[in-house]
Amino acid sequence: MDIKPIQDEKRAFMTGNEVIVWGALAAGADIMYGYPITPQNEIMHYWTRLVPKYKKDFLQTEDEISAGFTTVGGVLAGKRAFTATAGPGNVLMQEALSMAEMMRLPTVVIVTQRGGPSTGTVIYSQQEVNLTCFGGNGEGLRIVYSTSSHQELFNYTIKAFNTAWKYRFPTFVLSDGYQSKMREPVTIYDPEEKGITIEPTESLLGLPGTPGVERDPAHLRNTYNLEDELYNVVKSSVKEYNSIISKIVEYDTYAVEDAKVLIIAHGVVSRAAKAAISSLREKGIKAGYFRPITLRPFPDEALRSLVDNVDHIVVAESAYGQLENIVKNNLYGFNIPIIGYLRPGMGITPEEITDFVKAELSL
Amino acid sequence: MEVTAQPQMPKVWRAETKPHKFCPGCGHGIVLKALGKAIDELNIQHNTIFGCDIGCSLLTWDFFNLDTIQTHHGRTIPVLVGIKRVRPELVVVSYMGDGGAYAIGAQHLVSSANRNELVTVIVVNNTQYAMTGGQMAPTTLPGQKTETSPYGRDIKLTGKPMLGPELVASIAPEGAYVARGTVSNVMQLKNFIKKGLENQIKGNGFSFIEALSACPTNWRTNAAETWSFIENEMSEYFPIGELRTPDEKKVGEKRKVTSNGAKH
Repeated sequence: MDIKPIQDEKRAFMTGNEVIVWGALAAGADIMYGYPITPQNEIMHYWTRLVPKYKKDFLQTEDEISAGFTTVGGVLAGKRAFTATAGPGNVLMQEALSMAEMMRLPTVVIVTQRGGPSTGTVIYSQQEVNLTCFGGNGEGLRIVYSTSSHQELFNYTIKAFNTAWKYRFPTFVLSDGYQSKMREPVTIYDPEEKGITIEPTESLLGLPGTPGVERDPAHLRNTYNLEDELYNVVKSSVKEYNSIISKIVEYDTYAVEDAKVLIIAHGVVSRAAKAAISSLREKGIKAGYFRPITLRPFPDEALRSLVDNVDHIVVAESAYGQLENIVKNNLYGFNIPIIGYLRPGMGITPEEITDFVKAELSL
Repeated sequence: MEVTAQPQMPKVWRAETKPHKFCPGCGHGIVLKALGKAIDELNIQHNTIFGCDIGCSLLTWDFFNLDTIQTHHGRTIPVLVGIKRVRPELVVVSYMGDGGAYAIGAQHLVSSANRNELVTVIVVNNTQYAMTGGQMAPTTLPGQKTETSPYGRDIKLTGKPMLGPELVASIAPEGAYVARGTVSNVMQLKNFIKKGLENQIKGNGFSFIEALSACPTNWRTNAAETWSFIENEMSEYFPIGELRTPDEKKVGEKRKVTSNGAKH
């Protein structure tokens, strides 16, 4: 990094898309490959304005398939490459990300969820959880951070690059249109001043020395001839993924010690869920909240350790049960009723959650 | 057993992975020999990245003593564009079939040509999808029988064979190099590929070489019929030669583009 984009701490009031750009700059990102889609566009807009000043690169590709595969190329060449997308663009990008998953390429993708299915809305949803966590013809060996505030957008954009390059799994910052477009106070900083080490990058191609003469050539592939060959590759990736889960999972809890009703939400909805806890408690309902920050890998052990004395679980999300299904999977064997406040593509307020909990539980 | 006579292979070929995996009579070996010779002559083994597509071209993933990336169907160009944009000192070669280039990856071909990306694209045209068992491709000749045109390609229903180099030549900016060679003229093909590599190295622009190739397995042809199909039927529809060179000077003259883009 020639020029430090941020020196000392700076307070700012900006949109989420701008925060993401500052996070990428702070993380030492080298190049963004992108294709326009709302609500991520301003990530490209801000990035292209700052590119000359900080000696970065940008390429506007012909579609999201190309944005995904050029990002793969940038990563193969040893650069911190990233892209950003949403909705139908996220669908197209899964092909390249499946290759990244197979070949353990540290791609970083910012997803600003919009309404779906199909073109849906350009505004907001939490409907890209399944796609981002498990998209592609693979096993979901990805790392997905779901942010809930501008401060987290900054922090986790930096962390996404570091996690990707440290563990070599495709890494995502899963945000949404509300976070993209709203303005919020944020503190931006140089990560190294905070003791955060920026992970070094590594080239997989174009290595020093003449291949076949001074060293073996790098022959990288994602196609295998036999079942066993593929099985061994996937098995080894799964094993490594499982071995790093405990180092990666992150979650947040609030008022869970005596909770009888556990509200689970992720992303921006978790702010409404957390706010609902106080009003429910004022009404005498012992509510607590659990928020997975990593949706992949999911903080399953943390969740299971909380539910022994819980009578009801409520999952609130702006999708029709995508988080709820993940929660159910991870609570297999527990006999706790799980109900969903499921509002695909709709924002969720604290009052709505409070009213829903009171009505559903007849409290 | 002592082997006295060794086959003459380009230096950049990886002997450990030979004999190669292509069918008897396949044209890939010849195109790859031309490419190998060109790389040898330009002495760029140390900084060349070879990218191969899906289809029979993927069998080249361990073919060369070159750092190699095998990508997805039609996606080799964007992967190499992604590499070249951040590592301009590398020479990147995209090796693919006509299906990858003209059907599933056509948007990447068109847009990278239009941007004059510094990549060298080699498209092996064997008039059908070979790896998947001989289906109709954008390049299948009128009346040609394939697994998905069993009664012969009906151009009223499926269009005329796509002219890749003509398409690229009509959109690529100044500095581009575009040519069509054939496995029936290896020296010429090698020279075209060499010029296409040099064009990238000099930073002139997009470089594109189509090679007419043979697939006797799916064509169900013997040697004589195979040769005749390339030399007569294919060459008649797909004219051999250079379509664009970076040094062409056409001051005050509009470039002539015929309705189908073919050079006359």
